[in-house]
Amino acid sequence: MIRALVLFIAALMALPLAAQDTMPPAPYAYNQLDDPAQEAEAAALMATLRCLKCQSQSIADSDAPMAGDMRHQVRSRILAGESPDDIRAWLIARYGDYVSYNPTISASTWPLFAIPVLLILIVAAVLLRRLGKRREGDSAGDEGDAA
Amino acid sequence: MRVRLMRWVPLALFAFFAGVAGYMLTQEKNQFVESAMIGEQLPEFALKPASAGLPGATRSDFVGGKPRLLNIWASWCLPCIAEAPQLEALKAQGVEIVGIAIRDRPEDVANFLSRYGNPYARIGADDISEVQLAIGSSGVPETFVIDAAGTIRYQHIGDIREDDVALLLAELEKVK
Repeated sequence: MIRALVLFIAALMALPLAAQDTMPPAPYAYNQLDDPAQEAEAAALMATLRCLKCQSQSIADSDAPMAGDMRHQVRSRILAGESPDDIRAWLIARYGDYVSYNPTISASTWPLFAIPVLLILIVAAVLLRRLGKRREGDSAGDEGDAA
Repeated sequence: MRVRLMRWVPLALFAFFAGVAGYMLTQEKNQFVESAMIGEQLPEFALKPASAGLPGATRSDFVGGKPRLLNIWASWCLPCIAEAPQLEALKAQGVEIVGIAIRDRPEDVANFLSRYGNPYARIGADDISEVQLAIGSSGVPETFVIDAAGTIRYQHIGDIREDDVALLLAELEKVK
């Protein structure tokens, strides 16, 4: 019984087989830039870039070594005077729109922006018609409202 | 009559969305992030040797002569072990393979090569994944076909299986 319990606790503490490197992180993976304004710029950008290893996280959220290396790229490029837009464009040129969480209108994304506008227009048209009808024929009753 | 038909609209919409969701669930999802650098020039880089006894790697190593393979790998990557015999087979066919070792230690690289063989003409050490990011690679292992002008022509994502060897040889032949 005790042996089973000890085995069970040991199993809970077992480390997953680490298929990861043992190298130290890149200089700017976990170190902030000295200038608070530059660091704020870098942090805002990092929150909108996708980690490629852990695809549902931003590189600011992820502890994957590759996300650290991407943060190093962002911070060292900001330090070298590049603008956040330049850095985003540099990454998009390598990984496509996929790497950016900042939505843009493109051939595949335009319905996401168009459909809500279309729906609002339809709702406005329906409301105008119904309200107009009610004002015209209060005494005649309103078959539309029976539903 | 019209009103009665309109009652079915919400149900029809729901059935439509459920249908789309059901269909998408049965479709295979492509988890790979493909490089957008195919057709672009290999960026400028110079990496120190990843292990004693082998030269490092620079962009100029890819220019001139014949097309080459650029293999992104690491000694800590398990699929890279599975891929090793296929890289040997490609080397036996006369293909020059340049390795880039991601976040790796010289002693680990040497250990890997002595255990699983060395198909590489040279291996550069990319300690902060800078070359990997510069060519749009998102994991290990990945293999790129680089033509003699230093242009990236093809990307193979994941380990090279036995039937991928002929495919890579064909891609190399295509850009000769």
